[in-house]
Amino acid sequence: MSLLRVVASAVLILLAITLQVSLFANLSVAGVVPDLALLVVVAAAIVRGPAYATVLGLVAGLAVDLAPPADGVAGRWALALAVAGWLAGQVRADARQSALATIVTVAAASLTATSLYALSGLVLSEPGVSVAAALEVLPVTVLYNLAVTPLVVPLVVWLLRRLDPAPARW
Amino acid sequence: MPSLKPAQRPLLRLPLRPARRPSLRPRPVELRERDHARARTALVLSVLTAAAVMTLDAAGDDGSPVDPLRTGAAEVFGPLESGATAVGDPIAEAVDFVGEIHRLRSDNERLESENAALAAEVATGVVDRNRLAEYDALTEVADGGGFELVPARVVAIGPAQTFARTVTIDAGSVDGVRPDLTVVNGAGLVGRVLRTSRHTATVLLAVDAGSVIGGRLDRSMELGFLRGDGSLGADGVLTLDLVDPQAVPAGGDTVVTWGSRGSAPYVAGVPVGEVTRVDTSAGDQSVTASVRPFADMSALDLVGVVVGPDRSGQRAVLSRPEPRGTR
Repeated sequence: MSLLRVVASAVLILLAITLQVSLFANLSVAGVVPDLALLVVVAAAIVRGPAYATVLGLVAGLAVDLAPPADGVAGRWALALAVAGWLAGQVRADARQSALATIVTVAAASLTATSLYALSGLVLSEPGVSVAAALEVLPVTVLYNLAVTPLVVPLVVWLLRRLDPAPARW
Repeated sequence: MPSLKPAQRPLLRLPLRPARRPSLRPRPVELRERDHARARTALVLSVLTAAAVMTLDAAGDDGSPVDPLRTGAAEVFGPLESGATAVGDPIAEAVDFVGEIHRLRSDNERLESENAALAAEVATGVVDRNRLAEYDALTEVADGGGFELVPARVVAIGPAQTFARTVTIDAGSVDGVRPDLTVVNGAGLVGRVLRTSRHTATVLLAVDAGSVIGGRLDRSMELGFLRGDGSLGADGVLTLDLVDPQAVPAGGDTVVTWGSRGSAPYVAGVPVGEVTRVDTSAGDQSVTASVRPFADMSALDLVGVVVGPDRSGQRAVLSRPEPRGTR
């Protein structure tokens, strides 16, 4: 049961990262693509709660950091997605009941993750990271994530519930 | 009579309350607190782990301890990205078709006149036709510059929210691609290979904010350094700082690569871009020029990796054809 959950999450993360760098590269808006891995983490938070989503965020973020063509210091997306997963888990009680709450959760998680990633880049003085560049990218990222949320989050939530029907604790 | 009503209410509700309280209310509260405690622990541990990874990766000057993980991830994700790109070709075609009808029209006309015989042999897909044109241009680059190229397709592009301008190509160490090789396309310089896995390689684009390329002005032969600023597409611009402060580039001058020692990471003589603007600052007497790259970094597809003579790989090499009649 728990093994199935781990395998399912791993496959979803692999799929999300592959799609966001390869397939969605054709559909980018000003170079920005939706953070599908983040949406999977948010969906996991809705189904399984904050602890699970935090760990999944760490692992997914590390994969985003290491998967080509990512460059630069690894661990930055790991930090960003872990915190975003924790945050999404805090509001999941509402997110599992209403679509609006889900949207707010995704918006908050995207904002947090993208800002944290940019901030860690500033702290480590990575090339290309500046406040101006971050402010340029931030609104596009949040909006694009919100735009694909109806297509991704319900599907992942349904899949995770289907695979692991144990009642999630409140 | 009115005094009966308030007495009746609790009577009606009573059967519900005792049933609810012990079964649902207290336990969830207890569990929720435990959940929160677990989540806090997970958060603290995750943040510490991420910080540890960052420290490890940032500390090592060359050969970070995270590199084996990176190579492992490339071995897993590389083939997935190549596969997803193959699956996504119809989507790319659709997007291309919707977004760039103008360009496609002129492309089609040009291709049909230039290349009618070849075009007839190829499937009529829009992307296929564009790719054919790119392949032609690439062959010309190999032909004209005397470079030996390993052709490859871009299968993944680093998103703008990562702030790094990098792409994955579907040729790797098996095909003779090594780190610090020059990558070009039909139009000009694309970038250099950062690292490779067996079947894929990561390329740092010339417009990345961390990219520095030695450049030479074609008319005056003056040397300078080209730096990217992370911008892509039509406003993708490189900044050229000339070594000689007396030299003033002219608008329209072409910048080619200066060439590094041992041709790594950049071979000499690859066209990079065209000078579009020149700024002279009176203060420090330096001259900077804006250079628009010839290669459209936001629409890369077919590229070539310039391989040295000592390459060993399985992929066919594009090179200058043997002059006819020498045999």
